[in-house]
Amino acid sequence: MTNSITAIPNPEGGVLQAESLTFSHDGGAPVFADVSFSVRPQETLALLGASGCGKSTLLRLLAGLEKPLQGSVKFLGEPLVQPHPRSALVFQQASLLPWLNVADNVSFGLDFRHQPRINTQERKTRVQNALQAVGMAGHEKSSPAQLSGGMAQRVALARALAREPQLLFADEPFSALDPITRGEMQSLMVDVVHRWHTAALLVTHDIDEAILVADRILLMGGAPAKIIAEWTVDLPHPRTVYPHAIQELRQEILEAFRGCNPLGNHQVHQRKLSPAVTAIQPSHFYI
Amino acid sequence: MKHSLLHKLLAPCAGLLFAVFLWWLGTLWLTRSMPIASNLSPLRAFPELFALLGSSLIWEHTLTSLQRVLAGLGFALLVGVPAGILTGISIGFAQTTGTLFQFLRMISPLSWMPIAVMVLGVGDAPVYFLLAFAAVWPILLNTAAGVGQLDENWLLLSRSLSATPWERLRRVILPAIAPHILTGVRLAIGVIWIVLVPAEMLGVSAGLGYFILDTRDRLAYHELMATILLIGFLGFLLDQLARYLHKRWFQR
Repeated sequence: MTNSITAIPNPEGGVLQAESLTFSHDGGAPVFADVSFSVRPQETLALLGASGCGKSTLLRLLAGLEKPLQGSVKFLGEPLVQPHPRSALVFQQASLLPWLNVADNVSFGLDFRHQPRINTQERKTRVQNALQAVGMAGHEKSSPAQLSGGMAQRVALARALAREPQLLFADEPFSALDPITRGEMQSLMVDVVHRWHTAALLVTHDIDEAILVADRILLMGGAPAKIIAEWTVDLPHPRTVYPHAIQELRQEILEAFRGCNPLGNHQVHQRKLSPAVTAIQPSHFYI
Repeated sequence: MKHSLLHKLLAPCAGLLFAVFLWWLGTLWLTRSMPIASNLSPLRAFPELFALLGSSLIWEHTLTSLQRVLAGLGFALLVGVPAGILTGISIGFAQTTGTLFQFLRMISPLSWMPIAVMVLGVGDAPVYFLLAFAAVWPILLNTAAGVGQLDENWLLLSRSLSATPWERLRRVILPAIAPHILTGVRLAIGVIWIVLVPAEMLGVSAGLGYFILDTRDRLAYHELMATILLIGFLGFLLDQLARYLHKRWFQR
């Protein structure tokens, strides 16, 4: 079997809707204010911003792990009160549980009380499918201590996939990996997200990662942070074969970020980038 | 390799032999002014130890003592682990109890002996109390340290799964802090073994501590020295066992 795909009740409204979200830590100055956007079904959305701009906090809030000061989050059209069972998280660190083997890490939490009931057979199938999807089939009995950083992050991705999410939250999932492994993981993510028919919200400070992976990029900046620009990236995958288009967009994003006026209005860029086949350019730009 | 093996086995043996030699010299010197001290000599203690080990009496006392070690450790775990978890997860609890615990920890458990006997009566109960009271601190402090070192993402993960408090405790916190609890247990065994002998010197009629006083009352000083050797030997074995279990856990 492949993964089951349930109908999305409110496809027009998107998988997730953020409505004028404002957040501050313990009543301090707002980290971000009046942030609104939506994640469309099966879309990969990158939330791009400098370190410390509040994008990770925003992700936690969207995942139901923090409460907003103002505004609301809707998941599949319903107001989000607690983490949704059809959402899943991937962190910067794999954070596998060292006392469980790989298979048990992937199935961790599927039997929790607030998770949808599935039988043992279904759970096994999910673990197998998820491990297969990330190229870790055959490592079921391995201990997390035996895995390299990239392998551990693959298992962490499988752990998220086993929940059959309709939205995958990924918080800088590859920034702790070496550049070669990072590149592999980025293409794996693209592949898996498409095959799993899930939407993904990727938080990153790596411009190239956003361009390589996402269908749409939201740029966060200012204090309190807002969404200052948006791009639609309409290039086929793998995108590493379009270095000129990538460089063009990277330049545009950097300019938008430098010229960011905290009070400025959200400008929407629609970019249709044309393929231009040349060699791969592996440099990375961080903001 | 050969060199390190030599060091690992020969050096400790040489140390032990040298100590026995000093012990023998000491008793020889003491015997000049105090003839009864000849009974304390290693030349009497070692044969007596083997004679004791051949009798069932010392085994009964040893078994009683080891049972008390287990019981004391059990009570210390029952109190120390929950209190340690509370200290680790609740800043309020940690602040409220921190000074109190540091205060109580510095009181020699044996100071409570008269009160323990008065309240709990003569018998095993006050011994259990004293052992548990001595052993609870390393367990509590190590448990709290373990909770403090929990990976934040594990807790986030369990929250993203809407884990109930029980699920979070049983599936994340307890397995994560198990190595720390084990470290606490290893230290606790050492403390218990040290407190055991004096704790058994009051109000009980069995155990190694009792047996020490018994040999004194019978003026059987060679038996007393043999028992001291046995206590040291058993303590050494207990510590080695705890270390071994600890190591095995970490190598899983």
